[in-house]
Amino acid sequence: MSDARRPSGGVSRRRFIGYLIAAPTVVGASQLFVAPAQASIPTVQPVDAYDATDLLTAAALPTSGLISVVVNKDGTVSFAMPRAEVGQGITTAVAMTIADEMGLSLEKVNVTLLDATPALLWNQFTGLSNSMHSIYTPLRVAAATAKGQLLQAAAGLLGGLPSDFSVRGGVISAPDGRSVTFGALAERGAVSKTTRVHVRLKPSSELALVGTSQGRIDALEIVTGAKQFAMDLDVPGALPTMLCRPPTINGTALAVQNAAQVQAMPGITDVAIIPHTQWVAGGVAVRGETFGQCIDAVDALKVTWGPGSAAGKSEQTVLADLAKAELPLTPPLDPLAKSLEQVFTFHFRPGDPLETNCAIADVGDGRAEIWSSLKAPIAAQEQIAANLGLQVADVTVHVTQGGGSFGRHLFSDAAFEAAAVSQRLGKPVKLMWHRTDNFRQGRAHPMCTSRVRVTYSGANVISFDQRHTGVATDFSQGLGEILTATSATVPEGDTLGWSQLAFALTQNVPYNFGAVTQLINEIYDYDTFNTGSVRNIYSPDVTTATELMVDQVAKAMGQDPYQFRRAFVRDSRLLAVLEKVAQLGNWGRSMAPGTAQGLGIHKEYKAAVACLVEIDCRSATVGRKVKDGYTGPRVTKVVYAVDVGLPINPLGLQAQMMGGAMDGIAQALTYSLHLKDGYFLEGSWDNAYYTRQWNTPLDVEVYVMPPSTGQPGGAGELGVAPAMAAVACAYARAAGTMPSSFPINHNDPLGFRPYPTVPPLPESQTDDFS
Amino acid sequence: MPEKHTFILNGRRVHVECEGNVRLLWVLRDLLGVHGPKYGCGLDVCKACTSHINGKAFHPCSVSVSELGRDDKITTIEGLAATVGKDLHPMQQAWIDFDVAQCGYCQPGQIMTAVALLDELEANHRKLTEADLDAIRNVCRCGTYSRIREAISAVAAEMHAG
Repeated sequence: MSDARRPSGGVSRRRFIGYLIAAPTVVGASQLFVAPAQASIPTVQPVDAYDATDLLTAAALPTSGLISVVVNKDGTVSFAMPRAEVGQGITTAVAMTIADEMGLSLEKVNVTLLDATPALLWNQFTGLSNSMHSIYTPLRVAAATAKGQLLQAAAGLLGGLPSDFSVRGGVISAPDGRSVTFGALAERGAVSKTTRVHVRLKPSSELALVGTSQGRIDALEIVTGAKQFAMDLDVPGALPTMLCRPPTINGTALAVQNAAQVQAMPGITDVAIIPHTQWVAGGVAVRGETFGQCIDAVDALKVTWGPGSAAGKSEQTVLADLAKAELPLTPPLDPLAKSLEQVFTFHFRPGDPLETNCAIADVGDGRAEIWSSLKAPIAAQEQIAANLGLQVADVTVHVTQGGGSFGRHLFSDAAFEAAAVSQRLGKPVKLMWHRTDNFRQGRAHPMCTSRVRVTYSGANVISFDQRHTGVATDFSQGLGEILTATSATVPEGDTLGWSQLAFALTQNVPYNFGAVTQLINEIYDYDTFNTGSVRNIYSPDVTTATELMVDQVAKAMGQDPYQFRRAFVRDSRLLAVLEKVAQLGNWGRSMAPGTAQGLGIHKEYKAAVACLVEIDCRSATVGRKVKDGYTGPRVTKVVYAVDVGLPINPLGLQAQMMGGAMDGIAQALTYSLHLKDGYFLEGSWDNAYYTRQWNTPLDVEVYVMPPSTGQPGGAGELGVAPAMAAVACAYARAAGTMPSSFPINHNDPLGFRPYPTVPPLPESQTDDFS
Repeated sequence: MPEKHTFILNGRRVHVECEGNVRLLWVLRDLLGVHGPKYGCGLDVCKACTSHINGKAFHPCSVSVSELGRDDKITTIEGLAATVGKDLHPMQQAWIDFDVAQCGYCQPGQIMTAVALLDELEANHRKLTEADLDAIRNVCRCGTYSRIREAISAVAAEMHAG
């Protein structure tokens, strides 16, 4: 028997289980998982077979919680997303997915951020660029479930069969032309008992929005100043609060000599020591009418400080400690083969978004309420309850829109601190870090080295060994908990175990290089320095070291860097993006002395990407003068080709890649922290040289490859590693010398005068506006 | 001692009472509840708080409220569209058309900088150049710089054509 309406096979026509939820209006729900269950989760396998994306997806399996799509009486549809929005654009991609599945226009979908919801277990976590991969199909199931019920309700109203109806723009039409809106059916279709239903998803040929370029759904709010971040919320009684922080990393406030005088300063309501603990950086809190008065009060405090966790450490001593901890290379397989070997150094670099660490907390009467941008809100809720001595159910955690993250909001530091201060003062607080503190006491990408040895014989690479040695990456919040929960062999608190797992699950050498080993070792305790899993974690450094050595081997073999990569790349999707950037970027074109092209490729997050850059290292460019700014070489052109499996919103994907390019450029050329005597010298954006307009490429092109796998991979971090690698390779070719320390300007004479550490906060410049 | 201050904010006279040395950013955000200008450094470096005083770009984190005169006109992102009598200023529309924003935190400041830049060029009968764009100091940590350049260039071209 044939059924003309039934499309042939394919994943998208599988039957899925949805739930109709007992509620006043139609609510479609589904369990938040996408992949078939695996019997057990392997600890560490080759990343090709099982990577970090799979781990997070598998972690989503045992949930008892559901995600739900709510149809409202006004014809809109609401979805409280169990993910953070920090600029990566998933609220837009999620709204597109719902609108497409339901036959609704995009502006009728409201996406908010779900409060911490413990029933979701591992499903309320944003990291490793996993969100769209994990949420795409469950979201479609929930939307299809709601739509199916609306069709049933329409059939009850109009007569006939739901399968004969058409749905467009939130209106259901019968064959005879009569129609009814979603809004009119929202209550009519409501169920009084939660019901399990089977649903089918739209065939991909009928998807009209997914795969098209759509602007951000919050664009209007952003350009009018209406978008609310945590510090824009009005919580009654939550007055501005800041901490006076120590002159060295993680120093402890022992005593305050002038608390009474400071408390008498204009606007100030409270002064209190906040002890340094595992969860709270601490210092001396001041609360007042305005943040400006808090800054003045912080600087007026006279505090006796205990030594910090990095006392006496400078980058030279860290580098020496790293060298001692490096794991040995494998013995040479073929003593007659030639080899190339190099150690690369990657300095500490900031991981900060533009919005500084911040949170609102209202703690009292056996309860607590928190507002902050959090990527692991359930873990935050549990830890805050433990820190405050409350039950988890008595702690409400609201997830706010984040002003950037780059891995920062995997950590809930500001929320922990705000909760501690509010409890200590017995008052609500709107707590915000100063920018200078964010650089000096905030989380950084850990300093590390990468030793690479490549052995080759004739036209073959025989072996590739990479030894990554770093200051400990802190996985103790959120991400580590997930790694522990899903991997029986990483005992709680074994931070090197977490790092090894994260490294093994993300790193790979995308070339046929014979015997490949990549190993990691880390030094110090996880909290000696304040580190974190900054955007793309280990990949930018590992990939940069790899690609520089690839160019070296190609040169030694007398091959063109592009042709060499084509010959050795071991993945068809990577080959396709590599060939695409070479074509679009006109690889090998004739260029002036002092300028050059460079290539980088990368595979992660179920995606493949290649990047081609052009750099200008000529003296006229390097010598550009910008007041209080660093210029140096300029990347003039960036071309990406990116295959994410299934691009949901190419415009948003291109935005993420563009941002990744700016990070890659910064990390290769300019952006770092200098560690001296237990503290970082940088204290502002004019000290830490993130990419600014004067170093922005004049030409950025992102080519989005057609769908290749049918499932969305990750995009938010994907662009960083290949761009950093391509910039480093281009620089090596333009300058005629391979850099081995990053960023390349790090060892130049310091280009700024460091702010003092006491008082901790520099005074603002005075603007000459008249 | 708290003092009384008054100025014109987004077309309306406002009164506020606080110490004269409080920077305008905090007067706007903490006392008047105007949250469009963002804090990104408080050091006049990141330019996230960029607003206009009498039509020119300035940085409220670096100006004490006592420096304002009673007839000074402060425009924040919230009041920008009204300066051209529309729902959106052409620069805001361009920001939407080019899908410039990512997290959006720096974008009010970016837009206010861009508007002041083109106004200044127009007053001086100058065309926008790459050097003008290079000179913009506003930090965008999401790295939206390329689209910012495209959006400003498009508005400049339209102004020139018009």
